[in-house]
Amino acid sequence: MSSPAPVTDWVRDFDHTDPRWTENPYPIWDELRAECPVAHTDRFLGVYLPTTYEAVKEICYDTEHFSSRRVVVRNVRPEPPPPAPPITSDPPAHKHAKQILLSPFLPDAVRQLEPRVRAICNDLIDGFINDKSCDAAARYTKRIPIRAITHMLGVPEKDGDLFIRWIHEMLELGVHDDNMVMKAIHEMVAYFAEQIESRKKHPTDDLISTLMNARGEDGQPLTDLHVQGALRLLLVAGLDTTWSAIGSSLWHLAQTPADRARLVAEPELLPTAIEEFLRAFSPATSGREVMKETTVSGCPMKPGNTVLLSFPAANRDPAVFPDADKVIIDRKENRHVAFGVGIHRCVGAHLARMEMLVAIEEWLKRIPDFRLDPSGEITWSEGSVRGPRQLPLLLGTG
Amino acid sequence: MSGTLRIHVDPDKCQGHARCKSLAPELFELDALGNAHEIGDGTVPAGLEDKAWLAQANCPEFAIAIKEE
Ligand code: SF4
Repeated sequence: MSSPAPVTDWVRDFDHTDPRWTENPYPIWDELRAECPVAHTDRFLGVYLPTTYEAVKEICYDTEHFSSRRVVVRNVRPEPPPPAPPITSDPPAHKHAKQILLSPFLPDAVRQLEPRVRAICNDLIDGFINDKSCDAAARYTKRIPIRAITHMLGVPEKDGDLFIRWIHEMLELGVHDDNMVMKAIHEMVAYFAEQIESRKKHPTDDLISTLMNARGEDGQPLTDLHVQGALRLLLVAGLDTTWSAIGSSLWHLAQTPADRARLVAEPELLPTAIEEFLRAFSPATSGREVMKETTVSGCPMKPGNTVLLSFPAANRDPAVFPDADKVIIDRKENRHVAFGVGIHRCVGAHLARMEMLVAIEEWLKRIPDFRLDPSGEITWSEGSVRGPRQLPLLLGTG
Repeated sequence: MSGTLRIHVDPDKCQGHARCKSLAPELFELDALGNAHEIGDGTVPAGLEDKAWLAQANCPEFAIAIKEE
């Protein structure tokens, strides 16, 4: 694929895959917000970008004009996209699809998993703590959610590397290359079909079996397709988002000794700090498709376009968050929307929070001193999830 | 003001973020689907007022109302 033309006019022609955006999107959103609450581009077949908290919320609550059947903004729009309920479903089907997924992700269920995640983090730290430096993205932040999800799904840990490749193909390469997306989807479908078949013969007590045993609204078991779609969603929504959130938090701490020292001294502040990291470095952007003509915050929107629903931009809106660009680890009022709002609120939010908290807590206990490695290069992901993909750190005070 | 506070979660707005419960477990509990409701009749015991305001200020759905009685 030829690479897209560089952006010269962000207000009328933004591109969320442009290197400037990937590198540092925050000043771009500030510029857009000052012009109009909703920017538009003709790229990707027409996309609106709300940059204010107000506009983002308005769209989230309006399931009449905005459909969730497309949640990734891309160059092509195959018809119809393969469903991944509940994220891609609209009311009324959405409600039941979501309820089926809720219970394994409720706070109490997540608490049961916590010791396992703690053990995973410590095992990973054992692997590099004696080195003076490490790529924390490759060896820590990425590994935590992969190992947690393979444990939950009851699949071999090594399959986690497959998951990461599919997600990269779908969410990053796939923005410009539809074949890549379809290839990844087909491989995922085949993978989970095999898992489902084997559980039909030998039932297990993991998440795949839980979904297979769930009942649809009609009282019948879910179709294999529904189960597969939900499993794909769990991978696509749960891995690189959490990996990114942990990575951005470490990235911030690596360059902010005062915050690091305070969290080491006052670990009880961690839950508050994690919410602030979620606000300041929200990893996930979602998408919607405009179904009917409407107006959002005074800006007209036309069907046929999609919306890049930027929770990260909403969370940097100075009208809602004083000093929105500062990371204030004891920020008290923090109504951030990192996990979305309204009916599509992220099902995995409690799991993601727990993984972030445990990951940072265990890291700070064992590695209270660390900083960015000036000889290494930090790279950021491209597309709808934002986080460090390479995070070279120097460990210890030396 | 020395009035008592009373909290109420609007069940139509709540989407189960559980921010309220983690900030003020004495005042909120979650149902089987993870949605929150106030404990008892929502009266905030003396000394927990700040927690009630904090929970309200952190609910992303603006689902928590506080009345001063
Ligand atoms: S914080 Fe708000 S949305 Fe979340 S559970 Fe509490 S009342 Fe519901």
